Amino acid sequence: MRRRPWLIPVGSPLQILLLLCSFALAGYAGVRLLEGDWFQIALWFVGAAIVHDLVLVPVYGAADRALVRGCRPHVSYVRVPAALSLLLLLVWYPLITGRVADRYSSGTGLSTDGFLARWLLITAVLFGGSAVVFLVGRRRSGGGSPGTPAPRTRSVDGRDL
Amino acid sequence: MVRDGLFGPSPAYGRPMARSPFSPSFWRSPLRGPWLTSVLGVVLLGGITVLFVTGLVSYAAYNPNLAPVNDKTPDKGILGFYLFSWPTDPHWLYRLNQGIHVTLGITLIPVLLAKLWSVVPRLFTLPPARSLAHALERISLLLLVGGALFEFVTGVLNIQLDYIFPGSFYTLHFYGAWVFIAAFIAHAVLKMPMAWRNLRQLREEKNDLVPPDPAEPTVSRRGALWFVGGGSLLLFATTVGQNFDGPLRRTALLAPHGGAEPGSGPGGFQINKTAAYAGIRAAETDEEAWRLVVEGRNGRTVRLSRTDLLAMPLHSAALPIACVEGWSTSDQWWRGVRLRDLAALVGYDGDPPDVLVESLQRRGAFRRAALRANQVADSHSLLALFVNGEDLTPDHGYPARIIVPAAPGVLNTKWVARMTFGDL
Repeated sequence: MRRRPWLIPVGSPLQILLLLCSFALAGYAGVRLLEGDWFQIALWFVGAAIVHDLVLVPVYGAADRALVRGCRPHVSYVRVPAALSLLLLLVWYPLITGRVADRYSSGTGLSTDGFLARWLLITAVLFGGSAVVFLVGRRRSGGGSPGTPAPRTRSVDGRDL
Repeated sequence: MVRDGLFGPSPAYGRPMARSPFSPSFWRSPLRGPWLTSVLGVVLLGGITVLFVTGLVSYAAYNPNLAPVNDKTPDKGILGFYLFSWPTDPHWLYRLNQGIHVTLGITLIPVLLAKLWSVVPRLFTLPPARSLAHALERISLLLLVGGALFEFVTGVLNIQLDYIFPGSFYTLHFYGAWVFIAAFIAHAVLKMPMAWRNLRQLREEKNDLVPPDPAEPTVSRRGALWFVGGGSLLLFATTVGQNFDGPLRRTALLAPHGGAEPGSGPGGFQINKTAAYAGIRAAETDEEAWRLVVEGRNGRTVRLSRTDLLAMPLHSAALPIACVEGWSTSDQWWRGVRLRDLAALVGYDGDPPDVLVESLQRRGAFRRAALRANQVADSHSLLALFVNGEDLTPDHGYPARIIVPAAPGVLNTKWVARMTFGDL
């Protein structure tokens, strides 16, 4: 028997049933979520996914490619501290930039002044730590690059030469 | 042989890089594959379940069914099916629950980002739907990804007091969580069998996530997982301290209530909203001006000055301040009049009822808040006049504030002006 080509297949009925149940619950909550400024709320909801998938991922992907091109074979020593530092900035952006300084200080009695300095300090420690690991690795591998370990030479008492 | 980065041209294969993300060979990271996605998925399955449950518990802690003033989501309908009378014991219950909710949420951010990265090629799958079931699943994925990001973004902004989201945090975060969890449950049911299989097999299945034309690896899969875990650990280590006083709080280097205390001395501990922020004027709170009005729904009313309150039996309780924003203080030593003794003043002897508490404050979503009878009855529930052996400071609610075991911070009303006892 030939299948009519313009009909798309149905797929698993169990899966369809599960997804319809899921949509029923999401719809029940979604109607309540969208009360108020429905357009803005929907924009935030859908926009979060779009901004992440079509802006954030391509941007950090491109930055990573550029880094790999520039820093190979030692890319991890830059990539790891840079990514961790940017992660902290992404999460604590409002406090680090001080964009909530007035509300924060009048509300909590604290100041946002220290956040930028502390973030920079953590960033410095991350890069500093990475540099130490790099140098230790290079010393262990006898002056070569730690990414491509050279054969080890050890003195009689077991310390690296 | 020269090879470029994750997506670069690949002379070794003698053909140009795929320009379109709709082409499978565009995606070249050798890290992607069912094993990595399954590991991250299993971590999120556990983590997000805990986030959802602690979120529901926190919602219940506000006693939204008790009185309209406590309920920021009056249209919740069946979504409030599980609500229960919030207990007062153990006294650290809300502190623990909310500490877990917020600290774990922040810790999971790198895992969420890594999980989304690991499946991003699927966004560009062609044809868009292979079947009706697949089409529905892809619509569900928009709710899943949008919902996850919506919940994390609103949570992270709210704890930093950056109220740029379009509406009340309670409404958005609560209903958003239900939309998200609906898609999350469906996704977990559909994907878990495969994820378990992927994790239990030593040799992984090939699927569409494995790049057909992988770039040379710059890090191993294990290394990538360590990297994600390191990000989580860094966020955890710089956040968790905001739930403890003393040197531990100083370790929370970037958390909103980490670092130094706002003041020194007995009243120097963390403040939710200062007197200036709440619009409290010193002239309203001095000995001459301030009177506490205690009313019963039976018609009896008593007006008390602070001196009158000091003449009543005073009791002590060691209780924390625990905020919905995921920070808390260690136990502070409060001293004041028991709520049930105040109820007795207006005729409710023995069996205290609910109470509606009103503050002098001019702004704030919780300047009026209701406490349930079991909270009023607890012998550690106080109208506090002192903290840590001194008068309350203005920022901690002078002349008098509520302190109730296990209650969310905002229900511990500061600058109390009026208390109305009687079933709500």
